[in-house]
Amino acid sequence: MIYRETGQFKSSYQADQALFPIKQDRYVILGILIVTFAIVPMLLNQYWLNAIMLPFLIYSLAALGLNILTGYCGQVSLGTGGFMAVGAFSVYKLMIAFPELGFIPLVLISGFITAAVGTLFGLPSLRIKGFYLAVATLAAQFFLVWLFNKVGWFYNYNASGMINSPPMTVFGVIITGPEGDMHGKYYLVAAFVAVFALAAKNIARGRIGRNWMAIRDMDIAAELIGVRPLIAKLSAFAVSSFYIGMAGALYFAVWLGSAEPTEAFDINQSFLVLFMIIIGGLGSVLGSFLGAGFLVLMPILLKNIMVDGLGTDAALAAHIEIITVGVLIIGFLIVEPHGLARLWRIAKEKMRLWPFPH
Amino acid sequence: MLFFIEVTLSGLMAGVMYSLVALGFVLIFKASGIFNFAQGVMALFAALTLVGLMEKFNFPVWLAIIGTIAVMIALAWLIERVMLRHLVNQEPIILFMATIGLAYVLEGVGDIMWGSDVKLLDIGIPQGAWGWLWDQGIYVEKLELFAAGTAAVLVIFLAIFFQKTRIGRALRAVADDHQAALSVGISLNTIWVVVWSVSGIVALVAGIMWGSKSGVQFSLSLIALKALPVLILGGFTSVPGAIIGGMIIGVGEKLAEVYIGPIVGGAIENWFAYMLALAFLLFRPQGLFGDKIIERV
Repeated sequence: MIYRETGQFKSSYQADQALFPIKQDRYVILGILIVTFAIVPMLLNQYWLNAIMLPFLIYSLAALGLNILTGYCGQVSLGTGGFMAVGAFSVYKLMIAFPELGFIPLVLISGFITAAVGTLFGLPSLRIKGFYLAVATLAAQFFLVWLFNKVGWFYNYNASGMINSPPMTVFGVIITGPEGDMHGKYYLVAAFVAVFALAAKNIARGRIGRNWMAIRDMDIAAELIGVRPLIAKLSAFAVSSFYIGMAGALYFAVWLGSAEPTEAFDINQSFLVLFMIIIGGLGSVLGSFLGAGFLVLMPILLKNIMVDGLGTDAALAAHIEIITVGVLIIGFLIVEPHGLARLWRIAKEKMRLWPFPH
Repeated sequence: MLFFIEVTLSGLMAGVMYSLVALGFVLIFKASGIFNFAQGVMALFAALTLVGLMEKFNFPVWLAIIGTIAVMIALAWLIERVMLRHLVNQEPIILFMATIGLAYVLEGVGDIMWGSDVKLLDIGIPQGAWGWLWDQGIYVEKLELFAAGTAAVLVIFLAIFFQKTRIGRALRAVADDHQAALSVGISLNTIWVVVWSVSGIVALVAGIMWGSKSGVQFSLSLIALKALPVLILGGFTSVPGAIIGGMIIGVGEKLAEVYIGPIVGGAIENWFAYMLALAFLLFRPQGLFGDKIIERV
């Protein structure tokens, strides 16, 4: 009763093709935006913003990117960490070389650079499929991290091999590096995520998105009905890497402030983001957010419960944490292999019929 | 020239060590289509259990090995019961992710049970330079030679097991076609327990070899990442592919490290194997010996 399209008549093509055709969806999205931009920054203090909201939003952006590639186009990639590193190191080099361009354009440019690199590493996908491709993308992961570790030019030849984000301002507020303003950081990242989440939703329902889904469901059949695999697959790699590159840039410049390639962008990052989209739901924008939220919050929660609540020894707690994460992942996959987004879809169906289910 | 031979030989030997891990992957992928990421951690877990049994309970070597085999079989049974049974007919990527979850669990359990410090594993495998070749001026590690011999025995044993025994035939039937196998009365659940047990035992062998070489420690589980390029090079479904792929990767890696490494700044062994495998894949997308991928609409 609360959630259904009855009585909402569309009188123009524009209304028919709206991104959110149902009124309730529009209200919910509006509500979420208001909560994100007005209520959350008021309620939460610096610690919460830094420890939970920033990683949640940044990982959501990365998960969105990977979901475009894996969820919509069906190409499993384990190179996310490497592509995030490309975004981070591009934005670092750009911030040093062209600080006058402003931070937002620089993040976008580093997204484009990552898109180019991602397209390059996407080329084998035209010939290699399935798990062979997944393992082949590990080549990107290891090669890129090695490259950023070995070639001094990328980290400006400093002795530690680390990159540190110089302070940069957006609208007069410092948002990068350790002395950045926490609320400014939050607004910037949230704005990025909001704009690109809506963009992803829009791309996914259009011609390009449908081509991707055709390739995912069966690539030979898609080819026969006129989807060009070269363009569809490579565009998926490009768009996905663009998102991941921006996520990497924000991850390094806004959240971490300094990064070292072998630790910040190692293979566990790739697995983490892949877990997010699987637990959240493959091929779903909402799922990317749910998965990221789950996997960012859960370790913090577990740690708080065990170390602070039960007084467990820290080393033992780390082991129990990793076991719990593993068990939860397996449990999730058994109970709901289509992810959290699927639960929301079921809830929506229920709400249409409520309170008269028959 | 002598140096080249030495590098090639040590590459071959290192490759066999990779093959030992890759073998376990191949067995499970053949029988259930599951890409078992936990294989590396299973090797670590087996080695940890072996060392634990020997140190904490003072078991003699042979008893500890039997005990570890029993643990690995129990583990296989548990995995089938708790995890695989509920994931029948899911997408391959879901199963893959589940095995990563399994890897986390095994890693944590192994650490809690046996402690996370580096342990020495000594079950009497000969070590040091092999005398005869050493006299010719070539250094070959006895342990690696022993590992190569073990791998050969293991492959022969597996070949006999697959070709000649009743259960081996059932395994091949399942690998060929799940539904057809079910319809002639083969129990999938039993087959999965058997195949995970066998790959658990292979993991134990790999764990013993790697553990004797470099100590039993967490990094042992990372050899899975070394075995992946071997797998895609040889093909996911081929036992000889795992062996030959391992040798190609091993030799290529060692040669590249010695001859290309200094030019580009070293430490290329992390990605070179992947690039090498990728180059092969561009010509044969199913790996060197993998089943030809036939696609129909």
